[in-house]
Amino acid sequence: MLNAIGLNTPDDLFASIPVDLQLRYHLKTPAALSELELLARFNEMARRNAGAERTSFLGGGAYSHYGPTIVDHIISRSEFFTAYTPYQPEISQGTLQAIFEFQTLVCQLTGMEVANASMYDGSTALAEAVLMAERVTRRSKVIAASSVHPQYLEVVRTYVQHAGIEMQLADFDKESGQIDNNLSDRIDEKTAAIVVQSPNFFGCIEDLAALSALAHSRGALLIVGITEAISLGLLKSPGACDTDIVVAEGQSLGVPLSFGGPYVGLFAVREKHARQMPGRLVGEAYDKQGRRGFVLTLATREQHIRREKATSNICTNEGLIALAATVYMETMGRQGLQEVAKQCAQKAAYAARCIQELPGFSIRFKGPRFNEFVVRGPANASQLLRKLAQEKRIDAGIALSRFYPNCENDFLVCVTEVNTRDQIDALVNGLSNA
Amino acid sequence: MANVPEDLHYSKDHEWVRADGNVATIGITDYAQNSLGDVVYVEVPKVGDEFATNESFGSVESVKAVSEVFTPVAGEVTEINEELNDTPEKVNSDPYGDGWMIKIRMTNPGEVDSLLTAAEYEDFTKAERE
Repeated sequence: MLNAIGLNTPDDLFASIPVDLQLRYHLKTPAALSELELLARFNEMARRNAGAERTSFLGGGAYSHYGPTIVDHIISRSEFFTAYTPYQPEISQGTLQAIFEFQTLVCQLTGMEVANASMYDGSTALAEAVLMAERVTRRSKVIAASSVHPQYLEVVRTYVQHAGIEMQLADFDKESGQIDNNLSDRIDEKTAAIVVQSPNFFGCIEDLAALSALAHSRGALLIVGITEAISLGLLKSPGACDTDIVVAEGQSLGVPLSFGGPYVGLFAVREKHARQMPGRLVGEAYDKQGRRGFVLTLATREQHIRREKATSNICTNEGLIALAATVYMETMGRQGLQEVAKQCAQKAAYAARCIQELPGFSIRFKGPRFNEFVVRGPANASQLLRKLAQEKRIDAGIALSRFYPNCENDFLVCVTEVNTRDQIDALVNGLSNA
Repeated sequence: MANVPEDLHYSKDHEWVRADGNVATIGITDYAQNSLGDVVYVEVPKVGDEFATNESFGSVESVKAVSEVFTPVAGEVTEINEELNDTPEKVNSDPYGDGWMIKIRMTNPGEVDSLLTAAEYEDFTKAERE
């Protein structure tokens, strides 16, 4: 083979790498293992992952939900599993149909008119929404609630800092946990959008109808980000509240938790803004004989055609995870999703009620909530949480001090349908004895 | 043969300019719309935007391609053709009339004299075709 390409030794293949950068010794890797030995080794490593064995009340952007086994079954099929985003789309009708169904379901879930083929995750989708608001309004300032997930805000900041967009933070009301009422004074003719998360990072539900009315009265858009997509099974949809751009993290929809990814971003807009939307878009079409088919549509927004004028430098989608979300939503159906959402809300309400009866504990915010809430404890929350994890094997929540100063005693608790009453009672017991 | 009205000024990027005092109405030529094919979307700036000479002020999307459109003269946008939002095909059916795109208050109204005349533009497109 070397002869065929005109070389003498295998080293010639690496001639372009400077000699001092070439590895001249063997890597110290362990000897090969048999399959039996390998499985035993993996099992042993898995047993060391103590966190996976603890009862979890962790939320804050990543949620533990039940995923029906059919989700893994469908996405493991080789036709789907090996496919990347459709670059030669018309030959991949199955992939396109799945994406079309995903888009349809995202529209139904969010109450919006057009959804794209998905983004990387919720945070990058939020950043893209901000860039889109600037294109639609041709204004350069956005006002984001400081109760948006702090890591999402970091991602948005990363995106907009060199895009000529100024991001200002709006305080949250210390009583309700919702965005502050003084917001109105800060919106002017330069404001492209108000950005909120609902339920927000503290679990409080924002008054989206009032916020959209306020934004629209000044010619700005309302962008709503959602980290817990299951909440849409119960809450009034952002679309019904006249939201302009809805983005969400789709992990809750049948995607397991595994060290932070891969996740999937949902992105939905009003039809009048579809041309300013980032990402891929699948449309329905009919051939000469009237047979239904699927095509990539409005591709002129994308960078392989518009180059630097494209609506985004993302011209891919999170295909496999979007498929998982699609199968999840189709399996659960409208009713199933409502039931999951109800269970989350009711179990969270039960947990909150029990916790606030404990001496020294209170629920910090009065705003309406879904399945997460902030608990104010009697002492340093980080120490309390560490104690519970070590002694009771319960991950009771996320210490807010990690993101917000002056919140040493506060922690965020999340309850979903997978948490049993016994687990909740154990949490309450653990807190009362901590 | 493409229609090239005598009373207009033309650019080599295939825009036309109708000058009325210091206001210039701008669109794309019959030759341009014919080359592009069916226009499905026209992106225009907003009123108040300012453009230098030969700056991109928007784009025309046809079933074949997306093309930038440029301002042959510098100035501030005073009016945009909102009708094109819903009926972009007017660029095809009536490029010099209902298919106009923007009106600009010219910084230097004399600038139109540097543009091509109808006869010069016809020669230019003929050369481009060959």
